[in-house]
Amino acid sequence: MDALKAKFETQFVKATTFLGQNQVEVKKALITEIMEFLRDDDGCKFNYLVDETAVHWPKNEEFELVYILYSIDKGHTLRVKTRIKEWETIESVASVWTTADWLEREVYDMFGVRYANHPNLKRILMPEDWVGFPLRKDYNLRLQDVEWVRKHLGIDSGQKYYVGEARHEMPDYITPQD
Amino acid sequence: MSKTETLFDASELTVSMGPQHPSTHGVLQVKLKLDGERVLDLECVIGFLHRGVEKLGEVQTWGQFVPTLDRMDYIAAVSNCLGYCETVEKMLGVTAPPRAQYIRVLMTELNRITSHLLWLGTHAIDLGAITTFLYCFREREEILKIFENYCGARLTTHMFRIGGTQYELYEGFHDQVRKFIADFPKKVDEYETLLTENRIWLDRTKNVGVISAKDAIDLGLTGPALRGSGVNFDLRKAKPYCVYNELDFDVPVGEVGDTYDRYLVRMEEMRQSARIVTQALDRIPDGPIMAKVSKIIKPPVGDIYHSIESPKGELGYYLVSDGATCAYRARVRPPSFVNLQSLRKMCIGHMVADVVAVIGTLDIVLGEIDR
Amino acid sequence: MDVNWLIDNVLIPLIKIGIVFGALSGVVALMTLAERKVAAFIQVRLGPMRVGPHGILQPIADGIKLMLKEDILPAKADPLIFTMAPVIALVPAFIVFCVIPFGPQFQLFGKTISLHIADLNIGVLYVLSISSIGILGIILGGWASNSKYPLMGALRSAAQMVSYEVALGFSIMGVLMITGSLSLVEIVNKQKEYGWWFVFLQPLGFILFFVCGIAETNRAPFDLPEAESELVAGFHTEYSGFRFSLYFLAEYANMIAISGMAVTLFFGGWLRPFPNVAFLSFLDLPFLALGPALAGIFWFGLKVIIFLYCYLWFRWTWPRYRYDQLMKIGWQWLLPLAIVNLIVTAAVVVLFL
Repeated sequence: MDALKAKFETQFVKATTFLGQNQVEVKKALITEIMEFLRDDDGCKFNYLVDETAVHWPKNEEFELVYILYSIDKGHTLRVKTRIKEWETIESVASVWTTADWLEREVYDMFGVRYANHPNLKRILMPEDWVGFPLRKDYNLRLQDVEWVRKHLGIDSGQKYYVGEARHEMPDYITPQD
Repeated sequence: MSKTETLFDASELTVSMGPQHPSTHGVLQVKLKLDGERVLDLECVIGFLHRGVEKLGEVQTWGQFVPTLDRMDYIAAVSNCLGYCETVEKMLGVTAPPRAQYIRVLMTELNRITSHLLWLGTHAIDLGAITTFLYCFREREEILKIFENYCGARLTTHMFRIGGTQYELYEGFHDQVRKFIADFPKKVDEYETLLTENRIWLDRTKNVGVISAKDAIDLGLTGPALRGSGVNFDLRKAKPYCVYNELDFDVPVGEVGDTYDRYLVRMEEMRQSARIVTQALDRIPDGPIMAKVSKIIKPPVGDIYHSIESPKGELGYYLVSDGATCAYRARVRPPSFVNLQSLRKMCIGHMVADVVAVIGTLDIVLGEIDR
Repeated sequence: MDVNWLIDNVLIPLIKIGIVFGALSGVVALMTLAERKVAAFIQVRLGPMRVGPHGILQPIADGIKLMLKEDILPAKADPLIFTMAPVIALVPAFIVFCVIPFGPQFQLFGKTISLHIADLNIGVLYVLSISSIGILGIILGGWASNSKYPLMGALRSAAQMVSYEVALGFSIMGVLMITGSLSLVEIVNKQKEYGWWFVFLQPLGFILFFVCGIAETNRAPFDLPEAESELVAGFHTEYSGFRFSLYFLAEYANMIAISGMAVTLFFGGWLRPFPNVAFLSFLDLPFLALGPALAGIFWFGLKVIIFLYCYLWFRWTWPRYRYDQLMKIGWQWLLPLAIVNLIVTAAVVVLFL
């Protein structure tokens, strides 16, 4: 932990422990380097990316990305978190662990988080041309992409249509049409 | 002059082992790029069984969410239940009483046997040994009867509650389980006689779908697939949960990382599960089966990650709570989802007929992958 | 053109043909039931039980069902070849039985009747060539379907069958060398003369013959081209109803043909076990009117049934080989072994016989 703090002083935000599980929060800028450090450094040796997911906090308009790491040799766990705004992109860690490939695809599919340098950023669970990101908090449980249903299934589903509007006129805001 | 294209001009052929197919377990589409019979590239298309389980976790209360999780990995439903209940109990700071924990271990290990039997049956039938499928189901029937007697359901069992188990062991449970376990090793020997030394089986599974230990860890492979490659990582030993640290069992580890090694690892795991069940039966203490948990569950604000060893691999739950009756974020880390990524690496360079064998050996359940 | 000649050369053969083909059709129909029953018993279940006592009348029910099914002819398929292909696969399997002897000669109403339809002095050659025609039925079936996957399946099946034909032919040659004749009747008589079934003189030849025979008929463990869990669905994808049943009857008829050949070539045909031991000569039933003939038919039938049971047993016990492993076995293992068998037999024949 201290080694990490020492190396990436600028990016560090805080380290906490909740219910015996260690977490550290970093800024998103050098995420790939941080991950590489965590994987290769002898003190940490986190060679196994257990999970990578996101949590949506609409009040702050941001996503909290969570990386859960485990070291098979040493046997310790670590949770690394970063926060990004809804319209920001973050670098993919697929170059550090290949596991991240599909896990990040799922985060993109469900939340709309855009990853840079990802080998194959496509929707994975939803159909390719679905509009909308289901696990966001503003996506209602019963919402459907009515156009998609009409086109592919030939029925009128009668659900509310999700209109993704750019709430901030940011040039690289990710609209659902992407 | 127009060029007529005959069947034999194509040096590369893209074929889709479509969603409905007798040997992909569940609805999985595998797009293969073939050169004759060799696989050049492979892409998995999943999501046909996506039901939005994680979204439901945010709408249902903590207790209501448990049966929904059964439907994820419907073959090893008890493991799903166990993982989630343990995670929530950790958040609440509650431990289930010892009797409940022993019952949990017992049922989970029986479920592991069930899951591996199904794996063996479907794997064998994909490769042509049809009889093994029926023998496995004969054994599975016995265990499913035990489940039915215990909680009323065979497949999606919802056995445990947050804080313990709801149902007490029924009259005759010990005898029924003991009778089954006494016979079981002989049955496993029977399957081994049919397959393990069989020349044809060896030809079909040796050196098929090889993955090295380093690649396996990099790809996030867990469970018997990882142990087949020589990495001794079993969550029951590495991060013991429930009462596994009081029980005595071995973890089989393979060498080469091919389909045959994974087959041997799972066969041995079945035997070890039987061993655990016997020990648990002997050691069940008396006592309450449910801890004191309030009717309305409201864990403190925070997040937690807890994982267990399901028959498929590491099944993890990442729960974020904001103090409400529903989870703020209920994330399931599905082992089959991450295991399926390695299909590409394992299959490239092999024949089309081997793709079927490798899908079988990864032991995937689409319910878990798609959630 | 006297009556005697007519009776000898027209009536009696016709009766024999009628009996043999009738019996054969019956056995083929019973095989459909036997397959399901044997499979069921191996798999700890019961199989067809409803139609008739213990499901005995199931083949009749199956036959009626298949005949009443809708006759689907794919739009793109060539109608004539599509219809003829199953027939081309079926007929050769049946006519192989023209040369197989079922029993010794016997006297009836002063006539010497021999229990084979024709005694060709090139019997073995006839059998090998006729079974090759059956392969044509499969290729035409795949071709006439006018669809990519059945064609690929048909070609794979045909390639497999042709490869194993070569090894099959070689494995028989040891027997031919010992006998010195291609006639099947002569082969059985020679086994009687030597007092030993040829399986004891040619064990390797028998094993090779039977393995190649299983591959010839596209049965497990060599049935990848027609397995359901494969990408290419096999040559009979587009077939349904009665035509499909013709293909399956062809497969069973082929199985019976190979079994019949194995019995004749290696297991003494209609001879009883230990044919020359006088002690056991009562097994030939000399005291009954048609005794020796009946005993011959009985022993032949029993041996063929044992072989058919082995076919079913292998299918439901073993997994199946991958296609490239299958071809490798045929060419790299069975063929060299057959040639080695040939050389060794030749040496022994020259030196000792």
